[in-house]
Amino acid sequence: MNLKPDTLKRIDEVIPHYPSKRSATLPLLHLIQEDAGYISPEAIEWIAAKLELEPINVYELVTFYPMFRQQPIGRRHIKVCRTLSCALMGGYKTCATFEKEFNTRAGPGEISPDGEVTVEFVECLASCGTAPVVMIDDELHEKVDAAKAKQLSDQIKAEAGQKKGASRP
Amino acid sequence: MSAPEQRRLIFQHIDEPGYTNDIACYLRNGGYEVLKKSIGRKPEDLIAEVKKSGVRGRGGAGFPCGVKWGLVDRKSGKPIYLIVNADESEPGTFKDRYIMHQDPHQLIEGIMISCFANNVKQAYIYIRGEFPHGARILETAIAEAREQNFVGPDVLGSGYSCEIYVHRGAGAYICGEETGLIESLEGKRAYPRIKPPYFPAVLGLYQCPTIVNNVETLCHVKHIVDMGGDAYTKIGTPNNTGTRIFCVSGHVQRPGYYEFETGKITMGQLLNEVCGGPLPGRKFKAVIPGGSSAKILKFGERFKGKTRAGEEYDWGVEDVPMDFDSLGMIGTMGGSGGVIVMDDSVNMVEALANINAFYAHESCGQCTPCREGSLWMKKITSRMVHGEARVEDGALLKSVADQIPGRTICAFGEACSWPTQSFLAKFGDEFTQYPAAPKSLRPNGATELI
Repeated sequence: MNLKPDTLKRIDEVIPHYPSKRSATLPLLHLIQEDAGYISPEAIEWIAAKLELEPINVYELVTFYPMFRQQPIGRRHIKVCRTLSCALMGGYKTCATFEKEFNTRAGPGEISPDGEVTVEFVECLASCGTAPVVMIDDELHEKVDAAKAKQLSDQIKAEAGQKKGASRP
Repeated sequence: MSAPEQRRLIFQHIDEPGYTNDIACYLRNGGYEVLKKSIGRKPEDLIAEVKKSGVRGRGGAGFPCGVKWGLVDRKSGKPIYLIVNADESEPGTFKDRYIMHQDPHQLIEGIMISCFANNVKQAYIYIRGEFPHGARILETAIAEAREQNFVGPDVLGSGYSCEIYVHRGAGAYICGEETGLIESLEGKRAYPRIKPPYFPAVLGLYQCPTIVNNVETLCHVKHIVDMGGDAYTKIGTPNNTGTRIFCVSGHVQRPGYYEFETGKITMGQLLNEVCGGPLPGRKFKAVIPGGSSAKILKFGERFKGKTRAGEEYDWGVEDVPMDFDSLGMIGTMGGSGGVIVMDDSVNMVEALANINAFYAHESCGQCTPCREGSLWMKKITSRMVHGEARVEDGALLKSVADQIPGRTICAFGEACSWPTQSFLAKFGDEFTQYPAAPKSLRPNGATELI
């Protein structure tokens, strides 16, 4: 496993928080997903060895908890809440706007053709009073109607353009 | 009668201009004074205050907090754990998010008082995976509190030590159920445990006595200890003491969070006066009063009966006081305080299909009636919406919903079947129109829900 030194440091810090090493499985999965982008079979083996578990003990969590993924996603992750309060306020239109803007379909395994985003419809994000809500990477955006979804899409595209521009020789 | 003023106890400082979530601001506002006083008292006195207050858990079930603490096995010799349930995952509920984001030290003070009262040396805050920002805020706040000796070894020089750790979930609704949460914290799939024998108070985390309390409940503990259990009972109504935070979402002019003395405000006052009434040109059609699993209420229906005190009542939806007992008497529940409002633009089959999609996705899959039943209900309502329903589907839907509750390990069986049962009971006519005219039934201007 090729993990950043900071990730390794945080992994060693978190394990002693629990009297049983197994409890650290979720935190380790989060840390490794943040570092590597997804949970590979190698990561499952690595965590199991680190926590003195069988790989199946780790794998069963990866398949149970919706936030863990076994494939890479786009550079940005757009999660649109589809649960009732958000749907009542137009969450489906919000999601359709992102799909159209990035020429992609909402789904956990989907990546837009330019590799820029993965759009996902997710269950309740617990911000029902400011519906519809969207999480882009780790940041929550509130009252995202179709117009605001278009603005956010433009912003993501502009940021992607800047990055490409900056990396040009 | 006009709506009462808000009584902000827990949300006192939330949204207050200039109020920040760092410890300096909290201390300027009298923070940690209650902890300082508590540390000098006998733990059993603190438990007695909480018992006297009658405060009921704010997570959804409304179980009295003092009674829960009273059940803890204190003779086993094993460590006692406190788990803070911050897995705010019931659709319609968003109060704990704001407590953690804007006033994390209020929660930490509540946790530390509760830990001291119950001789807990280690507490975990189990926070939703979807709140990464909230988790960072809490970690910073705990570090600040540790620096000031409010958390950690030898708290305030008293010889008492206690650590708090933040533990992030990963998107599973079932982690809000206390035994599912415990399994998850142990590093397993969040399959709820069978009670008995696994009552957390006796055999909880790592088979040790464990208390699981909601974020808001622990904040109430701070205020109870501050003012005394007797004074706390003066707030609210008998058996429904204290204040209640209502999270209102959906079709109202001013959705948001509002805190009132429990039972002192009616549904009509909350929705019409506090939340500004329906959207322009619309009328209220239905409301779910306590998170998406609570049974739905239909505007226009009436409820007759006798209160516990023997008084007769004849209420419309607008007249119902917003407390645990009144909502229970009319066949629904106060639950987590998440009020979801729907106006006359909503097609109830679509609304139920949306809810059913949620519960089918979130069933942990451990018990067959829930795993198969929630998915089956989702399939039926989904095909109704998409014009593929069969004549027998209405009756089949009812039959499936009726066969889940009471046949599962945890209350998810009830949570997933109550919406279907109540939608069919109250809006059955909308369901019998299928399969004749599916999507075309969506009224003009209505929002897509599935």
